[in-house]
Amino acid sequence: MSKPEKIRRDKRERIDRAKTSLFIAPSFIGAAIFFILPFFVVGYYALIDNPISREFVGLQNFVNLFGNSAFRTAARNTAAFSAVAVPLAVVLPLCFALLLLRRVPCGSLFKTVLISPLMVPTASVVLIWQVLFHYNGTVNSFLERFGIDKIDFFKSDYCLIIIVLLFLWKNIGYNMILFMSALAAIPVDITEACMLDGAGPVRVFFKIKLPYISSTVCFVTILSLINSFKIFREVYLMTGRYPYERLYMLQHFMNNTFESLDYQKLSAAAIVMCAVMIVLIGILFFVDNRVGRDIE
Amino acid sequence: MKAKTLKKLVGARKKAITALIFVFFAVVSLVFVMPTVLTFTNSLMSKGEIAANYGQIFSSVSGDAKVFVATETNLKLIPDRVTFDQYFNVLIKNPQYLIKFWNSVILTVPIVLGQILVALLAAYGFARFDGKIRGIIFFTYVILMLMPYQVTLVPNRLVSEMLNIYDTRWAIILPGIFSPFAVFILTKFMRRIPTAMIEAAKLDGAGEIQIFFRICLPMSKSIIYSVAILVFIDYWNMVEQPLVLLKTSDMHPLSVFLSEINSGDAALAFAVASIYMIIPLLTFLYSEDYIVEGVAYAGGVKG
Repeated sequence: MSKPEKIRRDKRERIDRAKTSLFIAPSFIGAAIFFILPFFVVGYYALIDNPISREFVGLQNFVNLFGNSAFRTAARNTAAFSAVAVPLAVVLPLCFALLLLRRVPCGSLFKTVLISPLMVPTASVVLIWQVLFHYNGTVNSFLERFGIDKIDFFKSDYCLIIIVLLFLWKNIGYNMILFMSALAAIPVDITEACMLDGAGPVRVFFKIKLPYISSTVCFVTILSLINSFKIFREVYLMTGRYPYERLYMLQHFMNNTFESLDYQKLSAAAIVMCAVMIVLIGILFFVDNRVGRDIE
Repeated sequence: MKAKTLKKLVGARKKAITALIFVFFAVVSLVFVMPTVLTFTNSLMSKGEIAANYGQIFSSVSGDAKVFVATETNLKLIPDRVTFDQYFNVLIKNPQYLIKFWNSVILTVPIVLGQILVALLAAYGFARFDGKIRGIIFFTYVILMLMPYQVTLVPNRLVSEMLNIYDTRWAIILPGIFSPFAVFILTKFMRRIPTAMIEAAKLDGAGEIQIFFRICLPMSKSIIYSVAILVFIDYWNMVEQPLVLLKTSDMHPLSVFLSEINSGDAALAFAVASIYMIIPLLTFLYSEDYIVEGVAYAGGVKG
């Protein structure tokens, strides 16, 4: 290629680049106005005493936040829920995906059924959940038949069971799709070669399949974690604004703080949550990179 | 001879395992489909039957003294007598439910259309060229996409107050349109369109706009459909945004309002719940493959 031709090409590419950045502009301007810029305002609000006098108070808002008993309860409950729900939401769909990929009769029907809750609005099924787990509900009358005392699910420590079940019901299908597509992408000859060398299915899973799908496992974990922070929705629809103490979630705290218009507390809480999320995502990416390197 | 029996044994064992897995999935599927089916069949029961079955739970149902209330809750799959009374009640006698339904539609449809439109353009821009700034913006989008509502709703509320759109539908619709989920998936898809094709079009004298409309858009048809369904179901199910961004409960979508009827008229609530889920469920039955494809594209952040 002659030199002037190359220059002309470079110039043309620069023009194309500029043109395509116009395609990104609407999205970026919108995201900047509605998410990115206000987030800096949130950061600013978290450091001042109130929007009128605007005096810097350093980390006082964060100290107040962590001193707030409602916030501590909400954070503890959300963490407890995530600690139970997320591992289950990763392991169960992975098992389902592995089993469904062996040719089971009616496999595609099962798959359809397991995915279907994804499309059912939560608000539509909370009625059934209430009927099942009410003090005089179906589960309790069933337990009574076996001589087990009635459990007041919505007002005792057993409340965690109800929301974990609802969470799994809603999320297993989505995670299962992700695992199935990741497992299907593993080259068959690798697993077959390993089988010929005499490795059992368990060994093949841990030595070949799991490292191969590690980035999917990582992604599903992040996704389930984010979704577990959304469990407020289910709790709110079943029990309203002020549920039993163990069901008081972070979003309840946020909603009730919005009501009192305490922007300092809200901003501090948002920043704390954001920091927690970034740390968690960072850890998962780090782990994923480590595991991913091993197979190469 | 020996080898043959061994082979038979292994075959029998394989069959037994398959049967076991089948039974396992049959049971799990039954459990999974039950809540949806029960909601639907219960919507076909008369008010009296609902009261008799669940009087213990929804005390307000048993307002009518003549109604028999069972001492035990009785979760029933098949109605004694199928009736469309509740649907008649919802659709004709009580138009306020239709208004809430309309609220859901009027919030969700602009978000789906807007987000797809904005995202298609942006995805083309991201997929066409790489670069430092583009990389940073895209990374910001990924982080933004992964943030829970507890983080994003505070900025949303602040902006809505600054722009004076708090307590209007725009407070939900505008952030919804610029939410980066669709950009993420569409970019991943468009990056797979072969550069050779675009180069060839360039040589033929096509401009960026022509390449976008003539090549990228037609090739992305199925993924656009997938993303649209996923965005739709996400916003159809929304609860947090209206609670924080809409003070006037008249504008609340049906998803929020349903929890208020639940404690009131349970018989009616079953019918409203069924109407609310029928649209996404029918969409699902017609387009399961698209949904699976869309979800699979969302997998793998680094893609």
